[in-house]
Amino acid sequence: MRDWRYWLAEQRGTLIALAIFALMFTIYISNHPAGLTTNVAQTAANKGTLLALVAMAQTLVVITAGIDLSVGAILVLTNCIASMVVTGNAFETTLGVVFVLFVGALCGALNGLIVIYGRLQPIVATIGTGAIFFGIALILRPLPGGTVNETLADAMTGKVFGIVPASLLMLLAIVLVVWLPFCSSVIGRAAYAAGSSETAAYMSGMPIRRGKFAAYTLGGLLASIGGLFLTFFTYSGQASSATASTYTLLSIAAVVLGGVSLFGGRGSAIGAIFGAFAFRAIGDLMFVFDFDALWQPLFQGVILLLAVSIGALGLWRVRNRLEWFG
Amino acid sequence: MIGAEALFRMEGISKRYGGVRALEKAELVVEPGRIHAILGENGAGKSTLIKIMAGVVTPDEGRMVLKGDDVVFAGPAAAQKAGIACIFQELSLIPDLSVADNIVIADPPQRFGMIDRKAQRRLAEAALDRAGAADIHPAALVKDLPLSRRQVVEIAKALARQPQILILDEATSALTAADVAKVFQVLKRLRQDGMALLYISHRMNEIAELADTCTVFRNGRNVASYANGSKSDNEVVEMMIGREYRNVFPPKPQATASDLAPVLACRDLSWAGRLKDISLSVSAGEVVGLGGLDGQGQRELLLAFFGVLSGLSGDILIDGKPVTLNSPAAAKRRDIGMALIPEDRKTEGLMLPMSVRDNLSFASLDLLSKASVIDSAAEQRRNEDMLDLLAIKTAGLDIPVGALSGGNQQKVVIAKWLMRRPRIILLNDPTRGIDVGTKQEIYALLRRLAADGAAVLFYSTDYDELIGCCDRVLVLYDGAVKRELKGDEISEHALISSALNITGNGHHPLREGAEA
Repeated sequence: MRDWRYWLAEQRGTLIALAIFALMFTIYISNHPAGLTTNVAQTAANKGTLLALVAMAQTLVVITAGIDLSVGAILVLTNCIASMVVTGNAFETTLGVVFVLFVGALCGALNGLIVIYGRLQPIVATIGTGAIFFGIALILRPLPGGTVNETLADAMTGKVFGIVPASLLMLLAIVLVVWLPFCSSVIGRAAYAAGSSETAAYMSGMPIRRGKFAAYTLGGLLASIGGLFLTFFTYSGQASSATASTYTLLSIAAVVLGGVSLFGGRGSAIGAIFGAFAFRAIGDLMFVFDFDALWQPLFQGVILLLAVSIGALGLWRVRNRLEWFG
Repeated sequence: MIGAEALFRMEGISKRYGGVRALEKAELVVEPGRIHAILGENGAGKSTLIKIMAGVVTPDEGRMVLKGDDVVFAGPAAAQKAGIACIFQELSLIPDLSVADNIVIADPPQRFGMIDRKAQRRLAEAALDRAGAADIHPAALVKDLPLSRRQVVEIAKALARQPQILILDEATSALTAADVAKVFQVLKRLRQDGMALLYISHRMNEIAELADTCTVFRNGRNVASYANGSKSDNEVVEMMIGREYRNVFPPKPQATASDLAPVLACRDLSWAGRLKDISLSVSAGEVVGLGGLDGQGQRELLLAFFGVLSGLSGDILIDGKPVTLNSPAAAKRRDIGMALIPEDRKTEGLMLPMSVRDNLSFASLDLLSKASVIDSAAEQRRNEDMLDLLAIKTAGLDIPVGALSGGNQQKVVIAKWLMRRPRIILLNDPTRGIDVGTKQEIYALLRRLAADGAAVLFYSTDYDELIGCCDRVLVLYDGAVKRELKGDEISEHALISSALNITGNGHHPLREGAEA
């Protein structure tokens, strides 16, 4: 086989997610009364970016064969904190942003430490920490409110040169600054290896613990960027349990749609970004076709199941039935 | 042997797992520029020795000296740093990463803190070339390669670390003949380059071709070292056996029942290159053993009968009639009446946190229930019968089965299946890791079940068991039945030499199928 075919095989999940997104978005745009205007693109980009950030956070953890059920709670907690500290003059605002990101990374690091050293299953550990993070958010902001530096908020959710949605540029920057260095570093490879076969990774003398810790910490950081973005969107903070649980579940859906294996070791955050945008586009289809919004969860669920079933087709070829369970 | 020329020495190394002694004051001297073969039966301590050298297992006592300095390895990474690379039986490759990623995994080339993919590609190509496998594409995913090729990648990965000592633990077991020839050339070249190689293999012909020095292990000790070629195969086999033979087996019936119509049989059974044209039959009242080295297809054969494998070719016959069994649920149906006592009781036999009662009843719920409701009185009665029959020592039916001793856990696994009164009983190494007393009870039970009319097919890695328990033994090698031993023919010598696929006169046949 030639090199490009290996590349194709490796990127298969990402490319399928891209294709689903392109298809859904094309249907959406061609049925949209306004067509593809910069405003339509801006709205779609902003909604997609928020989910994409949380999905990227989830991807990092899922790659290590874990799962982060606290990702929505980190989003909400950092949203509440951002609505208190990201205000004032440029210096104060910058300090506030840094603090929000620090809190997110800290939350992720805590998850990582519990999973690695406490030897708890990720699902249990993150249900616990998720409740704690949400509890703190509730104490900080019992009622919705707060403010945010509106200049910054408008810049981040607006358009650059009147055309390109700023949110997409931010997403690109994150891919370049966080994701690409991670997945091409030894630490990132250790995270993949730990997810694919932890025993083999250990036997090969890889830094499994550092890899997992980095994945969880960066996951928390990305979720807090999502929290910041949510604040820019709403100009306020709200400790909403609906937001926390919705984003947690949607992040898992986007990750799966993006070709990331829930068994670990396979997939990329770029796939998850397309997964998130595709999922948003599917939801938006409902509006252009004038369906009642009540149908949206049902419709999204069916699409998700169909997409995931394609990935399970390989099980039909298994010759030792014990492999079904392994 | 001891002195300045030794590259690596192990002195007085001991290791225990629970009550089981894996190594007892073992010694080993490794010299550069030589291939050192390690021989021994299953469980002789070879694997533990290797794991200690590779930093995977910490010894209880003893010292290791590398180039004159005492060394202690905290983990595999430390051993690798010291220049010891090990190719394990269980592969250590990451299935979802590419061949190149895997080869450089311990120490990838980096630029500005990131992995340099071009340099990685070059290193991987060079390593594959050294391993005689330039045809493997560095960008291929490991999980897409066949087992034989994966093992070559494993060798390339070890070579990429430029080790001083290379350990190959059954590294050729999955290789095709063509790959073996290439790998041998590679190993001989490495020896010329001054590398020290440790070669663990059950294949006598490979050892005869490669090794300079041989060391035989038995019961956790190194019992002899000699220059390759200075001992005959017979002498080597004697050194590997060398155990006292305990008479713990029940007497065998004089007239064997093999003239009766077979209950269980197969014709030309093949599966995925791991089973090759196997034909056999087992009659009521017969205990038939499966022998051979570990991993020659015995487990797959039992799984094939029990409906776990799909894509089988050939026929499985019950009472002379061909049947298709698609799952264990089908195999245990009353008209088939099959039971499989699995190899690993902790994962395939028991649900450890659940009670003895639940575990005993799992396989027989259809017999214990009326209209899908479990008849708890009947369950209690049958469970108690089983506790009596197998003399299971437990504080009660309601304690978790994980709290019982290993021997009693194994009895629960057996009892769980006996509750169905199976006509065909398949056993996969049922006495591994349990005490002698329980073993003795299991032997007596097998003989009693056969006398009551069951057909028993019994795989064991313990040659004594096959000799003591079985009316006939089929020895498997590389997925095919190599030899059938009957009655007095079943001796330790015959079992070992046919398991190693060597003939009695010390002549080495070629790899497979070369004997008449």
